[in-house]
Amino acid sequence: MANSLKCDLCSKPATVHLTQIVNSKIHKVDLCEACAQAKGVTDPGGFSLADLLLKASLNPEPTGDIRCESCGFTQQDFKKTGRFGCPSCYEHFSRMLEPMLDTMHKGVTHTGKIPQRALERKSLYEKLTQLETELDQAIKAERYEDAARYRDELHQVKQASGRKQNA
Amino acid sequence: MKINELIDSHSELTDTGASKSAVVLMTRIRLARNLAKHPFPGWAKEAQKRDIRDQCMQAVAALPQMKRGLAIPVESLDELQKQILVERHLISRELCHAKSGSGIVISKDQSCVVMVNEEDHLRIQVLRAGYQFKKVWNTINTLDSDLEEHIDYAFSPKLGYLSACPTNLGTAMRASTMMHLPALVISSQMEKVVRAVNQLGMAVRGLFGEGSDASGSIFQISNQTTLGESEDDIIKHLNGVLNTIIEQELNAREKLVEGEPNKLSDKIGRAFGILQNGYLLNSSEAMNLLSLIRLGIDLGIFADTQRAVVDRLLIECQPGHVQHAAKGAFEPSQRDVLRAEKLRMEFAKMPAPDFSNVAR
Repeated sequence: MANSLKCDLCSKPATVHLTQIVNSKIHKVDLCEACAQAKGVTDPGGFSLADLLLKASLNPEPTGDIRCESCGFTQQDFKKTGRFGCPSCYEHFSRMLEPMLDTMHKGVTHTGKIPQRALERKSLYEKLTQLETELDQAIKAERYEDAARYRDELHQVKQASGRKQNA
Repeated sequence: MKINELIDSHSELTDTGASKSAVVLMTRIRLARNLAKHPFPGWAKEAQKRDIRDQCMQAVAALPQMKRGLAIPVESLDELQKQILVERHLISRELCHAKSGSGIVISKDQSCVVMVNEEDHLRIQVLRAGYQFKKVWNTINTLDSDLEEHIDYAFSPKLGYLSACPTNLGTAMRASTMMHLPALVISSQMEKVVRAVNQLGMAVRGLFGEGSDASGSIFQISNQTTLGESEDDIIKHLNGVLNTIIEQELNAREKLVEGEPNKLSDKIGRAFGILQNGYLLNSSEAMNLLSLIRLGIDLGIFADTQRAVVDRLLIECQPGHVQHAAKGAFEPSQRDVLRAEKLRMEFAKMPAPDFSNVAR
């Protein structure tokens, strides 16, 4: 099985697949052996898929699904350590994070110091890459007038930033 | 500068003429910073951690503020050296336990420290004896801005400086003071104060931070939250709370002097007697005795000039410093002998107390 399904709770290979219809809506769940046991799936009398799904959506228990694309950190890792893996985790786990921040801090938005130089460097870098891509595209499409304009602009931005750095 | 040179040289806390403050022993601000696009130390692979350390230590050591300071990987320090740095409040206990890939940069005057790969890539810290938030903030703000010229910080316009732990997001600033509150302890009001301070969103800890005890009646009080408030606001808010605590402590002292002058004089007089004549003192007892002497200085029982001596001894009677002074590793029981000897020597020089202002 090349694309075996993963357990919805812990991301191990799923061996138990369940479909239930609750209020004329179809709910599907894939679980591994251990999670199926733990959630009582093997005992049909005591198990409700809706409960399981509702719980999962109400309080963001680790589902093992969310994973930081930059560093591979999972929600479960966070539950274990209380720390994140890398700066990008804050984007990937933002849904889970927001309610937490509300109880943790005075506010949820930064109002303090801003690293001016780092932001300048970042926006300069973004501007340069954007211009370079546009220049490439213009040349490929043989839009030489546009290309000349991008080239001049690129030159200007580079010169301006050079002056700033030397100042 | 080498580590042993640093340990033996004058430091901000052990040799300061600025010990004028009766209640606040030290002011400290710490900023957590991380490199953009790099995993945090707790999640980084060994090789990544070493790369990050090299990059950070190079940038930090090149700062003018760190000129002729010490820059050293944690693994090249022995246990005793690390302990001494902890006792001087320069590094955290957590950093001592770091397995590898961590580092320390300390300024020559030991007032600026940057821990590399502790919980965050960079923990920048500035400390000064006495109560001086303005000076400390100005220093650390400049240090941080200078460093930012060379390092791309992980920053989000919405969440501020991104730290490994979400409790530090935003300003990523922890501002704290170390306060000497003997009268509040003697009159059993400290529990009440701790509760009130916690309710105001501030944390109270013992001398060496989280989980440490409060021997010597010394407490660290710091802001708890970092997001949603500017640095200035946090400091202003903290200042307000601290001033109230100072007021409470001074009131409690007045009450002790008025209500039970002989009991108070007796405590201070006995402390002086034990320090002059004791042969076995563990660090907790030594701290408590020194704390009473410091209170005595504030009440005019001992000369004002002795405050700097007591502040130095509060650090020099810690286990690491005692062993360093005796040039070796010693068991706790042997340390108690050495500590008592050191304190006997120091207190033999101290002029006799004058209780005329207090006792009746």
